Amino acid sequence: MKVMVLVKRVIDYNVRVRVKSDASGVETDGVKMSINPFDEIALEEALRLREAGHAEQVLVVSMGSDACQQQLRTALAMGADRAIQIATDAALQPLRAAQLIKALIEREQPGMVLLGKQAIDDDNNQTGQMLAALWQRPQATNAAQLEVQGDSVRVTREVDDGLQVLELDLPAVISTDLRLNTPRFVKLPDIMKAKKKPLDVVQASELGDADDSLDLHIDDWQAPPKRGGGIMVEDVDALVSELKSRGLV
Amino acid sequence: MSKILILAEHAAGKLAAATAKTVSCARAIAEHNGADIDVVVFGDHAEQVSQQAASLHGVSRVLQCEHADFAQPLAAHLAPELAAMAADYTHILAPSSMFGKDVLPRAAALIGVNQVSEIMQVLGEREFKRPVYAGAAIIRVSVPPDCKVVATARTASWPAADSADATAEIVKLQTQAEHPQHTRFVENTNAGGDGPDLATANIVISGGRALASSDNFAMVYQLAQQLGAAVGASRAAVDAGYVPNELQVGQTGKIIAPDLYMCFGISGAIQHITGIKDAGTIVAVNKDADAPIFEIADIGLVGDLFEVIPALQKKLA
Repeated sequence: MKVMVLVKRVIDYNVRVRVKSDASGVETDGVKMSINPFDEIALEEALRLREAGHAEQVLVVSMGSDACQQQLRTALAMGADRAIQIATDAALQPLRAAQLIKALIEREQPGMVLLGKQAIDDDNNQTGQMLAALWQRPQATNAAQLEVQGDSVRVTREVDDGLQVLELDLPAVISTDLRLNTPRFVKLPDIMKAKKKPLDVVQASELGDADDSLDLHIDDWQAPPKRGGGIMVEDVDALVSELKSRGLV
Repeated sequence: MSKILILAEHAAGKLAAATAKTVSCARAIAEHNGADIDVVVFGDHAEQVSQQAASLHGVSRVLQCEHADFAQPLAAHLAPELAAMAADYTHILAPSSMFGKDVLPRAAALIGVNQVSEIMQVLGEREFKRPVYAGAAIIRVSVPPDCKVVATARTASWPAADSADATAEIVKLQTQAEHPQHTRFVENTNAGGDGPDLATANIVISGGRALASSDNFAMVYQLAQQLGAAVGASRAAVDAGYVPNELQVGQTGKIIAPDLYMCFGISGAIQHITGIKDAGTIVAVNKDADAPIFEIADIGLVGDLFEVIPALQKKLA
């Protein structure tokens, strides 16, 4: 089985994101960029599936400008076998991203597609579900555990009141949650080796028309309103009387 | 005028509060140019839940769609049903719960539109505000004129619609789509706490990594029980294995809006804060006076939680 992993280039998890003063977006100049952390978990899981003998090849795919090749090289250094950049300068919204991946799937025929449950930039949590719909294949979102059993996979999902187990026929789309695994660190020799691994560029236009008529219009980026007027209290007595005076306990 | 369809969430014969919150979001849309608000209930036995939905203020009609396949709400079954119903509506809404997040994007793709995730404010029939970057930015999103609005309502931003005296009409509906057999339900395992539901509790008591062990978390549970509160936790506490996953509050856990949120030993990373900033009053107790949680807390106390929690228990007894 070939496992396809989708990775998105996003502002690093540790960066304090700031809105631009002209409300046109967030500051990205000189800001550290990384693989979306949930996608990194997806990649780790794919590597473990290969190591356990369930997968022969891990193909990592990213969509965007040439800058995302940096994240693809990191993914290759982590252990992916091949990488494909779907090249486009457009800011892809989830439906368009899912359409492009669906077109690539027809070429690559993966047995499983893994991706993060959401990207930490747009927090959309849509692309995996949309891909599964267009591909007419099963989906399991928020995977906390997965177990390949022949032609199917058993996925434990995180849901609001606990855990849910589903059995999916392969191929399937699985989106990954935090507790699935802890991604490995990249070692220096692997970074050198990754430079020799294949990274192919496919133009988005080769995979379909660039129809942006369905795009949501996004503008007016604002910092969130601040909570203010907080007070500090000295001790538990003061805390309790403050809570009581506000009628909270 | 808008025609809005809401996907109901329910379990064990009870309509989820998230559905009533989504109705409030729909009513905010209706304020702009009027709207009929329908709620669709999919279930193997949906009558009880349909009656609860019919009593919600603002609901025009409840569509009750029963089928054995709906015993468990699987996206692969529900999304094609929603897509088949979409022709009659301008808007399809679902709560931004794990359930809504699972089903609705699949339906949106079948309908052929992008989804607006996590509506926190309605600016117009097709124009909304929503958070991105874990709430570090708020954006305006407008849906193109030819597209249906398919959106989730950020549950922490909306009050639950109250029950009205009058009840809406309940219409029985046949299934309209094929249900693929490629996805099979195996089981649900719930940690099964007896306390109130974290997503809708009026008071939430949360603990962080500073609790240092699963055993120590017992103090948090005791205080919560004393106050009739639900228990929450930071990602760090969940990752450390002190409490189960479903207690996580924050960007990738639950986004909550209790009247009172008290957190102990949580430093206040932006990913956590985004989950609580709609709370009425935030109380923070932390040993570190420089912890970022104090920047957003309404009442802060610098102190050792291992002393503060027992003292609170005594004072509040």
